[in-house]
Amino acid sequence: MAETIALIDYGAGNLHSVHNALIAAGASGVVVTADPDVVAAADRIVLPGVGAFGACRDALAGIDGMIAAMDERVRQDAVPFLGICVGMQLLADKGIEFGDHQGLGWIGGTVHAIPAPSADIKVPHMGWNDVTPTAGHDLLEAGEAYYLHGYHFDAADTDDILATTHHGMQLVSAIGRDNIVGVQFHPEKSQAYGLAFLKRFLEWKP
Amino acid sequence: MTVRIRVIPCLDVADGRVVKGVNFVDLKDAGDPVEQARAYDAAGADELCFLDIGASHEKRDTIIDVVRRTAEVCFMPVTVGGGVRTADDARALLMAGADKVAVNSAAVSRPEVVSDIAGRFGSQCMVASIDARRVDESRWEIFTHGGRTPTAIDALEHAVRMAELGAGELLVTSMDRDGTRDGYDLALTRAIADAVSIPVVASGGVGNLDHMVDGVIKGGANAVLAASIFHFGQHSISEAHDALRAAGLPARRNS
Repeated sequence: MAETIALIDYGAGNLHSVHNALIAAGASGVVVTADPDVVAAADRIVLPGVGAFGACRDALAGIDGMIAAMDERVRQDAVPFLGICVGMQLLADKGIEFGDHQGLGWIGGTVHAIPAPSADIKVPHMGWNDVTPTAGHDLLEAGEAYYLHGYHFDAADTDDILATTHHGMQLVSAIGRDNIVGVQFHPEKSQAYGLAFLKRFLEWKP
Repeated sequence: MTVRIRVIPCLDVADGRVVKGVNFVDLKDAGDPVEQARAYDAAGADELCFLDIGASHEKRDTIIDVVRRTAEVCFMPVTVGGGVRTADDARALLMAGADKVAVNSAAVSRPEVVSDIAGRFGSQCMVASIDARRVDESRWEIFTHGGRTPTAIDALEHAVRMAELGAGELLVTSMDRDGTRDGYDLALTRAIADAVSIPVVASGGVGNLDHMVDGVIKGGANAVLAASIFHFGQHSISEAHDALRAAGLPARRNS
């Protein structure tokens, strides 16, 4: 039987683009859902996200039972999980964007504003930049992907950093542990590189 | 390396059809924006810009449909400008698959729309589109409604204000140069780029690849937008990337 890939619908602006890209990458069982029961039974889970950390966190927490369902399915049942952009940042302990906001706390760290240290380093970090894997990981290959963010994941444990990029300073490009992966770049907007990444996620057996 | 200089083809759309045709590649329907977007996606454009020039409020659904169909087949970032007046207009475009919305006239008459959009959807998607004309040696003024309506607002002050209100990018178009193929107004681009800490897109007047290089090196732009140079096959996206790299700038390598 085909796998069910739960794409969590909590109002994120890139929901439909991620849906389109997953289909283009070969997924057949994508279910766009705001139903915790669907998430609790899914074979893979994808959390999109753009915009402000606090607003995304509140929207996700606003779906009754969703965070608990995600927690159980990802952290106990260990199904593959992918967070994209703010969907990746939400993995952190907290985000500091228009105040302090609690994150999911699955990967230790804090989400901070990218400092703009010079006239040459513009923020938001907007455009194509490197994905430089830090160590061997099934999902991450060196390449160029599209980034669009003003905040970055400051990891508590550097072992959780799967890939980096550089914009004025070294920034986390991908983070993860075991069956959990989060990417700061937008695979759904990264042309061939992004679709190949999503294809690897769909086939991933962590 | 660092973030690449972006090369952005811009398609003018009216009532769901491309206004200036593209003939750099055989297309089944050269007037269909989605067909053209696919061609630019395949050519490795770093982003795409749709400018809805016939935008009236009654016809908003047309451009939203174009964006939705584009997002089904193109996996590159898309900015949509033209007729965006409210945060709800922005939301409809973003939910259809746009990554950024460009706000022009509304940001002049009601600047708080910029903070509305940035507050609801994030600065990263809020592009302030600035159409400016030179009125003095080193002074430019904002014009709206496709460059027809003067406002007496100083372009540099307006740009700084847009950034303060939460814009995440500025699309700076010289209305003096637009359509001339004489190159960007580099002094305008440079003055604005030096005054803000958000990315600046140079627009208006590209006639050759050197103009793009100048837009970055002399104008301080982080991205270069062009239309006819690409649409009529004078140059390809990869030639633009090559020219930027030959000038020592970071640009993508098209495989």
